[in-house]
Amino acid sequence: MIFTDYLFYLFSSILVLASLRVITANNPVYSALSLVLAFFSAAGIWLLLHAEFLAIALVLVYVGAVMVLFLFVVMMLDINIEALRQRFWSYFPVALLIALLFIFEIYLVVTDKFFSSSDPAGIPLEKSNTHSIGSVLYTDYLLPFQVAAVILLVAIISAIVLTMYGKKSHKAIDPKDQIKVNRNDRVRVVKMKSEKKK
Amino acid sequence: MVTLSHYLFLGGILFAISILGIFLNRKNIILILMAIELMLLAVNINFIAFSHYLGDLSGQIFVFFILTVAAAESAIGLAIIILIFRNYKSINVADVNRLKE
Amino acid sequence: MTLMKLYTLIPLMPLIASIIIGLFGRQLPKAFSHLIPIVLVLGSFLLSLYALYISYHGYVFNENLFRWMTVGQYDLNIGFMVDNLTALMMSVVTFVSLMVHIYTIEYMENDPGYSRFFSFISLFTFAMLMLVMSNNFLQLFFGWEAVGLVSYLLIGFWYKKPTAIHANMKAFLVNRVGDFGFLLGIALIMFYFGTLDYKEVFSRVDSLAGQESMLMGSSVSLVTLISILLFIGAMGKSAQVPLHVWLPDSMEGPTPISALIHAATMVTAGIFLVTRVSPIVELSNTALSLILIVGSITALFMGILGIFQNDIKRVVAYSTLSQLGYMTIALGVSSYSLAMFHLFTHAFFKALLFLGAGSVIIGMHHDQNIMNMGNLKKYMPITWITFLLATLALVGMPLFSGFYSKESIIEAVKYSEIVGSSFAYFAAVFGVFITSLYSFRLYFIVFHGEEKWRNKPVSHNHHDHGLTSNQSPHETTWVVTIPLILLAIPSVLIGFFTIEPIIKSSFLLKDIFILDSHLALQQVAEQFHGPINMALHALATLPFWLMVLGFIVAYLLYYKNINFIKTPKVLKKVIDHKYGFDNFNEYILAPLTIRLGNVLWKYMDIKIIDNFFVNGSARTINLFSHITKKIQTGFISQYAFVMVIGLLLFISYFILGGKS
Repeated sequence: MIFTDYLFYLFSSILVLASLRVITANNPVYSALSLVLAFFSAAGIWLLLHAEFLAIALVLVYVGAVMVLFLFVVMMLDINIEALRQRFWSYFPVALLIALLFIFEIYLVVTDKFFSSSDPAGIPLEKSNTHSIGSVLYTDYLLPFQVAAVILLVAIISAIVLTMYGKKSHKAIDPKDQIKVNRNDRVRVVKMKSEKKK
Repeated sequence: MVTLSHYLFLGGILFAISILGIFLNRKNIILILMAIELMLLAVNINFIAFSHYLGDLSGQIFVFFILTVAAAESAIGLAIIILIFRNYKSINVADVNRLKE
Repeated sequence: MTLMKLYTLIPLMPLIASIIIGLFGRQLPKAFSHLIPIVLVLGSFLLSLYALYISYHGYVFNENLFRWMTVGQYDLNIGFMVDNLTALMMSVVTFVSLMVHIYTIEYMENDPGYSRFFSFISLFTFAMLMLVMSNNFLQLFFGWEAVGLVSYLLIGFWYKKPTAIHANMKAFLVNRVGDFGFLLGIALIMFYFGTLDYKEVFSRVDSLAGQESMLMGSSVSLVTLISILLFIGAMGKSAQVPLHVWLPDSMEGPTPISALIHAATMVTAGIFLVTRVSPIVELSNTALSLILIVGSITALFMGILGIFQNDIKRVVAYSTLSQLGYMTIALGVSSYSLAMFHLFTHAFFKALLFLGAGSVIIGMHHDQNIMNMGNLKKYMPITWITFLLATLALVGMPLFSGFYSKESIIEAVKYSEIVGSSFAYFAAVFGVFITSLYSFRLYFIVFHGEEKWRNKPVSHNHHDHGLTSNQSPHETTWVVTIPLILLAIPSVLIGFFTIEPIIKSSFLLKDIFILDSHLALQQVAEQFHGPINMALHALATLPFWLMVLGFIVAYLLYYKNINFIKTPKVLKKVIDHKYGFDNFNEYILAPLTIRLGNVLWKYMDIKIIDNFFVNGSARTINLFSHITKKIQTGFISQYAFVMVIGLLLFISYFILGGKS
């Protein structure tokens, strides 16, 4: 066992515990925070695998942007947690059985000889990881890269469109409308005879 | 000695936990979305492990694209959740079954 | 302008007229309703004459206009073939149609369906032209059905009259029987030749000879089968026994239609068809004999019925049946050109007879019973003269057009050696006497004798047509009399001038195929020494004297009113029932059909199709949907569970099952 192996087991156990916490926490805010922790440890594992660029991107983009978005939404919505947690554990036995079966099958597959190589072929290290990803991304994968950009753009627009209010929800006055106000629209001068004095 | 299968097994466990999570939090749509994020993370770990052990950069490129799509997906998913909440005053999946009628 | 465009224009112009009048006739002023069709049909007629001029100089036009459809390996085209046969038919059709168009102006003057009527007859002209100009069997069938449709529409033109509706239904149904045979014939041709183009079919027809086809367990010569099937189609349209029953009833339609469709043109389509397919029919003596015998029966027995009719139009209708029988006889003895010749002359004098009858009907204020007429020559001189000329042409007075065509047919039958020709000869010769009898009977009763409408019991029924005892008929106006005069000229003269080219030259013969062993026509041609000689020679022959005998009998019976013959009661009964064809249809065929229909309806339709297939499949789907609805809970998480479990099963299969 070398040092990185310890690191692997450390990060893995944090990852597994954090993800268990994600799915079982009472409060969605805790779930989201645990998910952040899970992402952090995953980033650590990716560093062990020499995927520096993606590890940093995961932390910056995912934790920094997406998970914050999750937190925003969770806090913004007034969620009735009690109703959501009714009969929370009733499916647990079935689900556990399925999960264990799944893990067992994965175990059967990954203990195959093919997957047991401990000496990584490795990616040549003369260039930095970011450099090599960039050189591939902007040449071989240029078109998919553009498409990814379009997908993000569509996501941005659709998210805005979906959540946009149809009706006005605030009481501020639009200065543009204020300027357009005409005196005659507001004031009516009525001429009438004075009443007779008794 | 940590081998490729360790990483793959870790991915498998993570995936199984997410399945478990979907089962448990079947009523909470936000948690379902989070579980899906976890699943994608498990897949990403597998990709990066393969990329490292096979010496092929394509795995990392894939992860890059998966991250992009996942970000887009969670953005739209959250927008939809907000819409659902605005219309039903709830994010309980059990309340959102009008398609049945 | 190319010839193709020119020929396309011929059927197109009546169609355009029909569409304009049919769609906008009510919006346009009334004069347009007759002006547009008349001008366009006149154009059509002039172009047809030009076509006749071209084909007379030996140019046979045969081109496809466009591809109608492609079915598998077969190309079905729309195209025109204009040879002498076609050009002759085209000229006759457009000429008679033009006359009828003009005549209709007065006949239908006060009818609410004025523009509809013009639309129909123009449409008929189009359909008939498509029929005769076609260069393939499919287009022929199109025209065939289209004229049938227009005939149906026009017989039922007065659609509020129950008898008219009954008559048009009858015509339509009877024609279906014939069309069924025709369609089967076309299908057989398609099957064995792989094409419907006349030229290709006829060029390969020799390969058909000797081929056998299995029919109900016994083998039948293929060429006989095709010929008979095609002839069944012709029987329906040309009203041959036993499919003749619709023609007398079709007289419910307006008289111009009776003249145009049910005398001059449409009913001759069957004759045209058999002439057109002469290369096929010639190869089968069996089919020829059948044609001959059917024609003979029709010629003789339908003529006899004509003697006993009291409706002026029905007399002429039975006369038409009888004359169609003569044409069919001519077909049977392989004298196709003589059939066409008789068709040609008959078209003129029979249209004239009908239009004359129509003129009489106008004069009598739409009373059609000849027993209310009499002495009309005093009141309607032009109608009287033209009617007399038509009658003389019909009975075969020497020098008149009918004489040349009918006499040649009788001659041809005499020389023919085909099975049934002796019976046909008897029928044809005796038919001359019958023709003469009923024609002069009609003539004497209508135009001579007492003015019988004056003695008619007074009727207060408003729907009753006809003159009251103190009224007198008037001669009709020029729009009626001009067509009468214009038709009278060819009725009298055309036989004299055209018999020579038809019999002696190859004018029609080059478009017709006759086997060398069928000598009848050849011998007629050998015996022919000019039209005048023929007329003189006729004075010494049996048919002429039979005709004179018929005249004398009619003169005595109906002019002098001497009843020297009493019709036996049994015969009278048979004739009143028209040999029982209608009764057979009504009491045996119709109930059986209805019963069969009922059985099919109750068991096949309701029980099996409706209940089992239609409702049954709906019920099954309903049942399944009730079951599957339970699976559709609407909970996304449950769908996810199913998906995950499915995924697990797949993985298990690949890991565990794959290894073993």
